[in-house]
Amino acid sequence: MLDLVLVDGKARGVIMRNLNTGEIESHSADAVILATGGYGNVFYLSTNAMGCNVTAAWKAHKKGAFFGNPCFTQIHPTCIPVSGDHQSKLTLMSESLRNDGRIWVPKKAGDVRKANEIPEEERDYYLERRYPAFGNLVPRDVASRAAKERCDAGFGVGNSKMAVFLDFKSAIERYGHNQAVKLGVQNPTAAQLKDFGKQVVEEKYGNLFEMYEQITGENPYEVAMRIYPAVHYTMGGLWVDYNLMTTVPGLYCLGEANFSDHGANRLGASALMQGLADGYFVLPYTIGAYLSKEISVKAISTDHEAFVTAEKTVQGQIDKFFAIKGTKSVDHFHKKLGKIMWDKCGMARNEKGLNEAILEIRQLREEFWKDVRVPGTNDELNPELEKAFRVADFLELGELMCMDALNRSESCGGHFREESQTEEGEALRNDDQFAYVSAWENKGDGKYELHKEELIFDVVHPSARSYK
Amino acid sequence: MSGNMNLTLKIWRQKSAKANGQLVTYPVKGISPDMSFLEMFDVLNEEIINKGEEPIAFDHDCREGICGACSMFINGQPHGPKKGVTTCQLHMRSFKDGDTIVVEPWRAAAFPVIKDLTVDRTAFDRIIAKGGFISVNTGNAQDANNIPIPKPDADMSFNAAACIGCGACVATCKNSSAMLFVSAKISQLALLPQGQVERIARAKNMVAQMDEEGFGNCTNTGACEVECPKEISLENIARMNREYFMANIKE
Repeated sequence: MLDLVLVDGKARGVIMRNLNTGEIESHSADAVILATGGYGNVFYLSTNAMGCNVTAAWKAHKKGAFFGNPCFTQIHPTCIPVSGDHQSKLTLMSESLRNDGRIWVPKKAGDVRKANEIPEEERDYYLERRYPAFGNLVPRDVASRAAKERCDAGFGVGNSKMAVFLDFKSAIERYGHNQAVKLGVQNPTAAQLKDFGKQVVEEKYGNLFEMYEQITGENPYEVAMRIYPAVHYTMGGLWVDYNLMTTVPGLYCLGEANFSDHGANRLGASALMQGLADGYFVLPYTIGAYLSKEISVKAISTDHEAFVTAEKTVQGQIDKFFAIKGTKSVDHFHKKLGKIMWDKCGMARNEKGLNEAILEIRQLREEFWKDVRVPGTNDELNPELEKAFRVADFLELGELMCMDALNRSESCGGHFREESQTEEGEALRNDDQFAYVSAWENKGDGKYELHKEELIFDVVHPSARSYK
Repeated sequence: MSGNMNLTLKIWRQKSAKANGQLVTYPVKGISPDMSFLEMFDVLNEEIINKGEEPIAFDHDCREGICGACSMFINGQPHGPKKGVTTCQLHMRSFKDGDTIVVEPWRAAAFPVIKDLTVDRTAFDRIIAKGGFISVNTGNAQDANNIPIPKPDADMSFNAAACIGCGACVATCKNSSAMLFVSAKISQLALLPQGQVERIARAKNMVAQMDEEGFGNCTNTGACEVECPKEISLENIARMNREYFMANIKE
């Protein structure tokens, strides 16, 4: 979908490009529902599929739909670390691994020994140390920030030094003992215990361990896994009301594409919950109220002026991409944008970094429109043209994310502002000033206006989390 | 941080469905054994773009073995030499420095080439659509213990449901048969209580659509089971034949 069509201020259809033939198609409708997913790929590297993008939501935003809380991003702690510049995406290892695995780094910075060569007393189980009550099971944002803190301080492991160990040695030992007792094996040998333990771990996590070995070439039964946080979910999205309608009448937005339900910090498994709730239980009961008032409106032909104009705009964008004939690939710009976002609008953010990021993104966007190379033609399958459309939108969204992060000078959920932390380095909320949803209106020409939707809590009031 | 593997790739290039295709040779240098096969293609495409030529079109999306989009026929095997993995999870450490690797699209009459290594697999979507829905009410979920399911049945159903619809079974079959795919989709529901209401119609309609799409018949060579990245069992084909037979008797 490359544009939203409005007739008399109401959403009445979309403009699409057929990916196989390049044909520009108009579709008219009574209402438009977007269920187009999240924008995690603005970071280039994420656990999202390669095709995930913000284009549909962003085009709707440019046609009047407010964008809610764009800076709220979830960084998942248990992903396989980046292995080199060639990295195209990151693979998530299931969160369940934190039930049995223990996370640690060496106590000595810059330690180059292998995990098995580091004795127990020289290991820093930093989550168990910092959060004795919850240990390795602290929420995603806390676990991710703690890993970043250790790696930034020079304690990271692996070639890149941007990884921490997730170790199943203790679990294998523990399960080995339990299993020996269960099987009635008297005085088991160390080798027997290890075998018993491995069997239990294999039953629970066998497929994940296989996947890890396939990707890294290391056997996690024998050596500790290496993990590092990665972008996983975007809590922000198009602002919607309780009926899931955006600020554009007749335009609805469901699932990860909207901003609702998760606040600043999504909890495990609740993305599925939102998909089901929005699709099964909310929209079927709310859209009728809108449609009932539209029933007397006659079908709008795609020959309508609004469609013709929108088609022309899309065709103009396509022509513009091919006309640039620059020297650098779309991926070149996407990787650069991803690095800016990850470094300055990632797990920890600060005023200086965000201000720099905004300028850098503007500059990169200018370069993109001068120097991108889109090979091929429009009337065929053209993955480079598809990417160009997506990255062009990411280059605008990235700036808005940084603006939103800059505006919210408190720490809150997945959004951690370095200026707003306790003496122990934990997130410090500021509900007196920031108990609102940031809903951004696009005013054109890169200008945005912030609308605040006040949050009022009558019964349960927000409070700081503690996992000590 | 690139690596030190140098390889010769022979890749199928085909401008469009109607154009003639051919194998084109591309040397690639400095490949890291940690790269996935598709990341090696990213590196090659970046070079091709920088030279001002048209990059190679190939299908991919999730890059973690669950979407079933990556369809490459590598050295005569769908998804390459490693057992139980898709192309996106095949890593370059599975190859040796100096290797020549031949990469072709899936080849089957029902999977026409769109461009280069991308084929049209919407025939699978149409078969799935013919499978229809299952009659389960939404609303309040009943207690899970109300419908006991024997563990072996649940496991068999789960294993059949692991099919990602990539089409490797069709690509490797000398008859271009889609029976492993269709049988996995029929089995996953036939084995569960929830799939009983539409069981007969499902078997008949999916098989009919499969035939209409022009897939071949099964001659029990078993190549599909060997090459399937999700290791779907040949037993499913036997189950599908039984389902289809019973459906016709009951009619």
